[in-house]
Amino acid sequence: MLTDTPRQLTVIRDRSDKVFRGVIRAGGSTVLVIMVLVGSFLAFRASQALNKAGWSFFTEQAWEPDAGKFGIAAVIVGTILIATVAIVVTLPLSLGTALFITEYAPRKLRSFLVSIVDLMAAIPSVVFGLWGFFFLQQSIVPVSRWISQYFGWIPGLGVTGVDPSDPLATTTVYTSSTFIAGIVVGIMVTPIVTSIMREVFSQTPVGEREGALALGATRWAMIRNVVLPFGQGGIIGGTMLGLGRALGETIAVYMIISPVFFIQPNILQNGASSVAALIALRYGESTEMGLSALMAAGLALFTMTLIVNFGASIVVSRSRSGAAS
Amino acid sequence: MGISNEPKRTLGGIRVGDLLSILGAAVAAFSLTIVLTTQVAPITGGIAFFVLWYLLFVGFYALLVSIDDSKTFVIDRVVAVLVTSLGVLLFSILIFVIVFVIARGAEALPYLSFYTEDMGFAGPLDPISVGGVGHAIAGSLIQISIALAITIPLGIAAAVYLNEIPGRFSRFVRTIVEAMTALPSIVAGLFIFATAILMFGLPKSGLAASLAISVMMLPIMIRSADVVLRLVPQTLKEASIGLGASQWKTVWNVVLPTSRSGLTTSIILATARGIGETSPVLLTSGFTAELNVNPLESPMVSLPLAIFQFVKSPEPTMIARGFGTAAVLMLLVLTLFVIARIIGGMTPEKSSRARRRRAEFFGWFATITRKVTSPIRRRITNVEEPS
Repeated sequence: MLTDTPRQLTVIRDRSDKVFRGVIRAGGSTVLVIMVLVGSFLAFRASQALNKAGWSFFTEQAWEPDAGKFGIAAVIVGTILIATVAIVVTLPLSLGTALFITEYAPRKLRSFLVSIVDLMAAIPSVVFGLWGFFFLQQSIVPVSRWISQYFGWIPGLGVTGVDPSDPLATTTVYTSSTFIAGIVVGIMVTPIVTSIMREVFSQTPVGEREGALALGATRWAMIRNVVLPFGQGGIIGGTMLGLGRALGETIAVYMIISPVFFIQPNILQNGASSVAALIALRYGESTEMGLSALMAAGLALFTMTLIVNFGASIVVSRSRSGAAS
Repeated sequence: MGISNEPKRTLGGIRVGDLLSILGAAVAAFSLTIVLTTQVAPITGGIAFFVLWYLLFVGFYALLVSIDDSKTFVIDRVVAVLVTSLGVLLFSILIFVIVFVIARGAEALPYLSFYTEDMGFAGPLDPISVGGVGHAIAGSLIQISIALAITIPLGIAAAVYLNEIPGRFSRFVRTIVEAMTALPSIVAGLFIFATAILMFGLPKSGLAASLAISVMMLPIMIRSADVVLRLVPQTLKEASIGLGASQWKTVWNVVLPTSRSGLTTSIILATARGIGETSPVLLTSGFTAELNVNPLESPMVSLPLAIFQFVKSPEPTMIARGFGTAAVLMLLVLTLFVIARIIGGMTPEKSSRARRRRAEFFGWFATITRKVTSPIRRRITNVEEPS
C-alpha cells in the first residue's frame, strides 16, 4: 500500500515578483487604511455628539446642536419617507422596463435600449434635481391636490391647513413636499435598478423558457413561472441597491424640499427633511459641536445604507441567479 | 431530408387582429373619455385626461380580446400591454428630462463665450452673451484629473491585490471596500471637510474637492475592477505560470491585457460618476465666479456646483445659464460613456483580430518595401561585395 502524503510546495519568488507583491499589497493596505480611517473618524467625531445627546439623539426632532438640543428623529423619518416614495415609483417602472427589454421589445431594438438605460444611470443627479424643481414641482400640484382630496382620510396622504373644496386656495401648500422629492429620486434610481434586473432576467436558462413555451404556456405564464422566480434575487437585490442610493441622495432632494425639523407625516404637504440635505444645509455655519452632530447624523445614514447594501448582496448571492456571479 | 427544405416560419410579429383590437380599444377609450370629461364629470387637466383614457383603453382591450380568447389569453395580452406601456413610460420620462434640460439651456448654448469666458465680470442682470462657464469646465477637468491620478494607481493595485494574493486579509479588504460603496457622497464630502480643511488647514480648493471625489470614487472603481479581473480565465493564468513565467510577468502579460477593456470601462464609469457628483464638491471646493487653475489654493468651481449656484438665482438669464451648464455636463458624461462603450465593446478576440490585421498590414508593407528596395540593396551589396 502506497500512501502519498501531499508534498510541501516551496515557491521561490524572484526579485521582480517580490517587488510586485509588495507594491500591490501596499496598494490594498492603503485602500484599507483610507476606508477604515473614514469610518473610524466618523465614529469618533460622532461619539462626541452622541455622548452629549445620549438616547435623546434618536427621539429628539429639533436640530439646535449649540443649544444641546438635537436629534435625528425628524430627518431619519423624512429620509425614510422620501426613500419609500422613491421605491414605490421605481419598483413598477423598473420591473416593467426590465421585462419589456428582455421579453417584449423587438430583438433589434434591445441592445439600443440597454445602452440608453445604462447611459441614464450615469446622468448626474443635479440634472434630475433641475427637472424636478423647474418642471415637476408645478405640474404635480393638481395630482397632489386630487390625491389629498379623495384619499386624505388615509394617514399620511392628508394635507392640513387648506380647504380642498376651495378652488381659489393657494397651491404652495402642495409644493416642496416629500412626495415630489420622492418621485424625482425614484426616477433617478430607476435606470440603475432596471439595469440590474435586466441583467438577471437575461440570464434565465433558455432551456427552461423554451420548455415552458413548448408545454403551451403563454408568454406571461412563462414569465411568471420561469423568469420571475429565476430573477427573484435580482429583483429584491436591485431594488435594495436602489433604496441605498435613494437614502443617500443629496442634491436632488436639497433642491426640492423646504427643510423642516419636525416629523412631517403628510407626504403631500410642503416641508420635508432628509439627513443628506441637513448636512448640505448646516455644514458651513457649524461650530465644533454642530459638526460632531452632523457627523453623527451622517454616521446614522451610513449605517442605514450599509445595512441595506449588505442585505442586497446577501439576497443576490443566495438566489439562484446570483450564485454564478 | 425534406424537412430541411421547409421554409423557416416566423414565430414573432404582430397579427392583424391584435393590431386592430389595440387600435379599436384606443379609439373607443378616447371617445368615451371625451364624453365623460365634457358631459358627465367635468375634469380638467392633461394628466387626468390621460390617466382616464389609459384605464378605459386597458378595459376595452381586455373586453375585445375576451370575445375571441379564453381568460388565460386575456391576462397574457393585458400584461403585455401593461409591461410595454411601463417601458415606454420610463423611456419617455428619461428622454423628456434630457430634452427639457437642453431646451431650457438652448438660449445659452449658441454663444462661444459661454464655453470660454468666466463669470468674473458678468452680473446677474447681464445678458447671456456676456460671461460663461469656462471656469467651471476647467475646474471640473482639473479636479477629475487629480482624482484620477489618485484613484487609478491605488484602485487598480488594490483590485489586482484582491485577485492575486487571496487570503483572509484580502477577503477583509474586499468586505470593507464593499461596505464603503454604500458611503453616501455627502458623507465623503463631510469627512474631507472635517479632516483636510478644518484639521489640517487646507483651504477650500480644487485639491480638497479632488480628495473628496477620490474617497467617493475609489470603492466604486475597485469593486468593478475586481469583478472584471475575476473574469480572466484561470486556465490562461495557469498556462502562463506553467510556462515558467513569474507572477509579475503573468499579471503584466496575461491578466492586465486580457482585462484591459473591462478595466478601462470601470475607470471611465467611475469617472462619469465622480464628475457629476455635486454634494462632495459643495462642501469642499468653495465657490468662485472666476477662472482658477491652481488647485492648491483659493476656491475652484466645477460644473455641477456651477449649475447648483446658477439656479439659486431668481434671474431668468442665470437659470438659463444653469440649464446650459447642465447640457454641457451631460455632453461630457455622454462622451465618457460612448468612449467606455467603444472600449468595452472590444472583446479580447476583437482587439487581437485588429492586432493581427495591423500585423498583416505591416507585413504587407514590409514585403512591398523589400521588393522596392531589394534591387537597390542588391546593387549596393554587389558593389560592396568585391570590396
